[in-house]
Amino acid sequence: MTIDLKTINIKPQRLTYAHVAKYIGEGKAPSRYQEATLGAQQEVNFHYRPTWDPDHELFDTSRTALQMSDWYAFKDPRQFYYASWTMARARQQDAVEANFEFVESRGMLDMISEDLRKHVLNVLTPLRHVAWGANMNNSEISASGYGTALTAPAMFHAMDNLGVAQYLTRLALTLAGPEDLDAAKSAWLHDPTWQSLRRYVEDTFVVQDPIELFVAQNVALDGLLYPLIYEVFVDGHVALKGGSAIAMLTAFMPEWFSESSRWVDSVLKVMAAESDDNKALVTNWARRWEEQAATALLPVAELALPGTGHTALEDVRTQFRARLGKCGISV
Amino acid sequence: MSNVFIAFQANEDSRPLIEAILADNPGATVTESPGMVKIDAPWHLTIRRKSIEERTGSRYDLQQIHVNLITLSGHIDEDDDQFTLSWKQ
Repeated sequence: MTIDLKTINIKPQRLTYAHVAKYIGEGKAPSRYQEATLGAQQEVNFHYRPTWDPDHELFDTSRTALQMSDWYAFKDPRQFYYASWTMARARQQDAVEANFEFVESRGMLDMISEDLRKHVLNVLTPLRHVAWGANMNNSEISASGYGTALTAPAMFHAMDNLGVAQYLTRLALTLAGPEDLDAAKSAWLHDPTWQSLRRYVEDTFVVQDPIELFVAQNVALDGLLYPLIYEVFVDGHVALKGGSAIAMLTAFMPEWFSESSRWVDSVLKVMAAESDDNKALVTNWARRWEEQAATALLPVAELALPGTGHTALEDVRTQFRARLGKCGISV
Repeated sequence: MSNVFIAFQANEDSRPLIEAILADNPGATVTESPGMVKIDAPWHLTIRRKSIEERTGSRYDLQQIHVNLITLSGHIDEDDDQFTLSWKQ
C-alpha cells in the first residue's frame, strides 16, 4: 500500500486588515510594526465631547498647531510595537543587572574616593525628578497627541524615562542609602542650583500643545541634558577620576539616548518636511525651548564640572544645533 | 548553470531577511510553499547584515538566520557582516 502525500497551496485572499492595506497597498504583506500601528487611531463613533475639554473631540488633531495631512507619516525607525519594545528593553535590563552585579561583587564602589562619590550623588540623584518629569510629559503627548504612529512610541518613551528614574534611584541606593534620596529631593526643591531646571520641568507640565511639549521635552531638554550629563560628565569627567564603575551603572542612559534620538530625529524630519509653516513653527519652538533649556542647565553644568561647565554646555549646544540641522531645522 | 539555494520557514522573523536577500541579489527567484520560502540564485547568493538592519530598524546578528533556516546548498563563506553561498565556477 502506498500513501500519497500531497500538499495543497492555498493562497490567502487577503494578507492583512483593510485598515492596514489602506496605507501599504493591497496584496502586500505587512510587518508586525505596520499591523500594530497603521490605522489603529480611533476616529469615529465618539458621540460626545469630553466634559473636561468641550472644545475638542476626545482625539483631536487641533490640539496642536502643527498641521499634518497624514498623521501616520511619523514612522518609528526602530519599528517598536509592544512586543519588540519590551524584548529590546528586557535585554538591556539584563545587561544593566549584570553590570550592577559585576560592580558590587568586585567591591568597585569602595575604590571610589569619598569626594567623588558625594559629587556624583549631588549631580545624578536629583535628576531622577527630571526623568520623572519626562515620564509625565511623554504620557501627556501620548494622551493628547494624534495618530498611533506618534502616540505609541511616546508612551514607550514615557516608560523608558521611568526606567531612567529607577536606575538613578538604584544608583543612589547602592552608592549611599535611602537618606540620599531625601537629600536629593530637598536639593531639587530648595537648592538654588536646581531651581532653574525645576522651573523648566514644571513649566513644561502646563504646555497644552502636545507637539510643542515634544519639542520642549524630547528635543530641547533631553537633547542637551543627556550628552552633557552622561557623555561629558559621567563617561568623561567621572571616569577619568576613577569612577568607571559609575559609568557602568548608568550604561543604559547614553545607549537609550542614542537609540531614542533616532526616533526623535525622524519625527522632526517628517514635521519639517511637511510644509514651510510646520518648519517655521517647529523651528520657533525649538529655538525658544533650547535657549531656556540651556539657561536651566547652566547651574547644573557648573555643579557637575566646576570651572568648565559653561564651555562644556556650549560644546553640547553646538552639537545639538548640528543634529537639528540634519533634521532640516536651523536653530 | 548551477543554482545555490536557501530555504527559510515562512514567518515574521524571516520576512525582512527574504526581502533583503531579494533586494541584494537581482538574479534570485523566490518560491513560496506552504510554511516555507525557498530562494534560488545562479552561482552565488549573499545575505547582508546591513540590508536586514535597514528593514528591521534594529541590530541583527547574522547567526539569527539559523533559527528559521530549513536548508541550503552551496559553499558557505560567512563573517559578521555577510553570509555568502556559492559554487566555484
